[in-house]
Amino acid sequence: MTNVIFTGVGGQGVILAAKILMDVALRNDHDVKESEIHGMAQRGGSVDCHVRFGPKVHSPLVKRGTADYIVAFELLEGVHKLEYLAPDGMLIVDRGRIDPAPVQNGKMVYPPDLEEWIRTHISQHLIVNTREELERLKFKKALNIMMLGVLSRHLDFEQSLWEDSIRALVKSSTVDVNLKVFAQGRSL
Amino acid sequence: MGNEAVARGALEAGCRVAAGYPGTPSTEILETVAHTAPEIQAQWSPNEKVALEVAMGAALAGARSMAVMKHVGLNVAADPLFTFSYTGVNGGLVIINADDPGPWSSQNEQDNRHYARAAKVPMLEPADPEEARAMTRMAFDLSEQYDCPVIVRITTRIAHSRGIVHMHTPQEISLKPFVRDPRKYVMIPMHARLRHPVVESRLDALRDVSNTSDLNRIEWGGRTRGIICDSVAYQYVREVCPADSVLKIAMVWPLPDVLISEFAEAVDQLWVVEELDPFIENYVKAMGYAVTGKTRLPVTGELTPDIVDQALNDRPQTEVPVYPDSLPARPPKLCKHCPHSYVFEILRNLDLTVIGDIGCYTLAALEPLNAMHTQTCMGASIGMLLGIEKARGPQAAERTVAVIGDSTFIHSGITPLIDMIYNRGAGTVIVLDNRTTAMTGHQENPASGKTLSGDPAPELDIEQLARAVGVKRTVTLDPKDTAELRRVIERETASQEPSVIIARRKCILKK
Repeated sequence: MTNVIFTGVGGQGVILAAKILMDVALRNDHDVKESEIHGMAQRGGSVDCHVRFGPKVHSPLVKRGTADYIVAFELLEGVHKLEYLAPDGMLIVDRGRIDPAPVQNGKMVYPPDLEEWIRTHISQHLIVNTREELERLKFKKALNIMMLGVLSRHLDFEQSLWEDSIRALVKSSTVDVNLKVFAQGRSL
Repeated sequence: MGNEAVARGALEAGCRVAAGYPGTPSTEILETVAHTAPEIQAQWSPNEKVALEVAMGAALAGARSMAVMKHVGLNVAADPLFTFSYTGVNGGLVIINADDPGPWSSQNEQDNRHYARAAKVPMLEPADPEEARAMTRMAFDLSEQYDCPVIVRITTRIAHSRGIVHMHTPQEISLKPFVRDPRKYVMIPMHARLRHPVVESRLDALRDVSNTSDLNRIEWGGRTRGIICDSVAYQYVREVCPADSVLKIAMVWPLPDVLISEFAEAVDQLWVVEELDPFIENYVKAMGYAVTGKTRLPVTGELTPDIVDQALNDRPQTEVPVYPDSLPARPPKLCKHCPHSYVFEILRNLDLTVIGDIGCYTLAALEPLNAMHTQTCMGASIGMLLGIEKARGPQAAERTVAVIGDSTFIHSGITPLIDMIYNRGAGTVIVLDNRTTAMTGHQENPASGKTLSGDPAPELDIEQLARAVGVKRTVTLDPKDTAELRRVIERETASQEPSVIIARRKCILKK
């Protein structure tokens, strides 16, 4: 059984990333379940997707302390969800930050030491910097696909199957650029 | 997705008419019907009561039909439900009801299994998307066979989960004849008295189904502990107690008394694991069995595999790394440049009491606006405003406004506005008209000019409607013109007559 949690902010494409991973797992003959956890995400709230695949999946939710991978599209969201990480699980996190409402309103500060804290407390971590890569590829919206590329190196699925799933699920006009973004993520 | 699977099940069952009102977590069901099943006449109705009545009319006319709503929507539709239970249906009538334990996106987390018992109709509860497809389809057969509405209850965790769904060929179902039968369909007391015994004997027949069909099934494991569970709780139980015996309940009303006895007598310890209220647990207790349930599991909120694991296995919480300081949360907020925000900034600056309603604009209750003081249910703002004036007099009315969105106003705001005129209120109602049903993801409504399937429709004129019910002081303006908006709000709250201000500007997220 493999447990993956995607986490980010409404609008970052968390759900699409989860759907692509589900699709790849299906193409590899796994049973698979996914569940979205969000309140009113379209209004700037956080969005999580739990994806589980293996021979037979019951619960659509991952248990605390059992996620093999947490893939965070935003630093603070990644740290928020660490209770789900398995002792030998890996946190893959983009170092970009999006200020939540309490920070925008000046009620709280965005913790300045999150990266440092991850480096010292999470044994398996991968902090990536997708921003420049995405700017270079002129497709800033594709953070989700680049993060899937990073994740794909750690999962035992053929690259061609990932590409098939991306082709099947992204908007047809963006297939080529998304495939480039994915390949770039895979090489990070 | 569970919601897409429900839509698929309806298509496979030969459903012809589907009506509903948007509401998380149910909204995608009708959207999927509209996008994938053109053979079904699908529509957004102004509210859930109307949706159920449209579906019932279609069923009476001989078509398989469906009404779709969230849990609080069934409160609105409860009136027809209880009597359609008496009349029976003709063509199959299925009500899709989406509960929201949590609650994630609702004003309460009521447990709608109680409606099935109260209205004396069967209720099915799928435990994953594939079951959502299969049971929606099956519900139509059951409805026709037993001549009653059937409720399919899903929850957020079923509606918004994805899994493997097996597609089957849609059935071709022809219209059943419509026969005039006043003793069955005209519920005057003397007819209703005759129908009630029919309802009771139908429940007995349905209890046999509950006991014998494979909807409810025992999965034998070790006999030390037996666990009765329904909906997504079944998945958590299977996950964390793989060795125990399980009675999986999918027909949760009427409950399978014979099967429960067989199960209870074969295991040493009996548990019930269910979300929200002790619905199954109390039934099992009334049968005379000792059972553990809500003494160990919460009545509030969603269950999770962790909660079930801790309750049943006494498993200590896994040690997890925790960031030492408090982290800022990420609550939702009104979008930057949301047209509603101009209105709330003025209401806050004028220090008015704001009687709110259901929609995106409820976020004005939070930081940074802090400009809403009540929110209850669809349409409540206007009636509550009148009540405040009745209790505290005209001075209070001058310091208080009701705010309500366009779709919410059409759903349940018109009748209380009539009350305000009829009973001589002088309140000020602000309709936040952003030309869409924004909170649930931009669904069309009777004022948006389009139907669910995107066809053009007449646009309801909210200002003319307000005038027609007797409001003499009406004004429509653009809230972005904040100087004018402030002037109008000050003028209308000071006026001794009722007024309706329509703050109209398109939602910034809408293309």
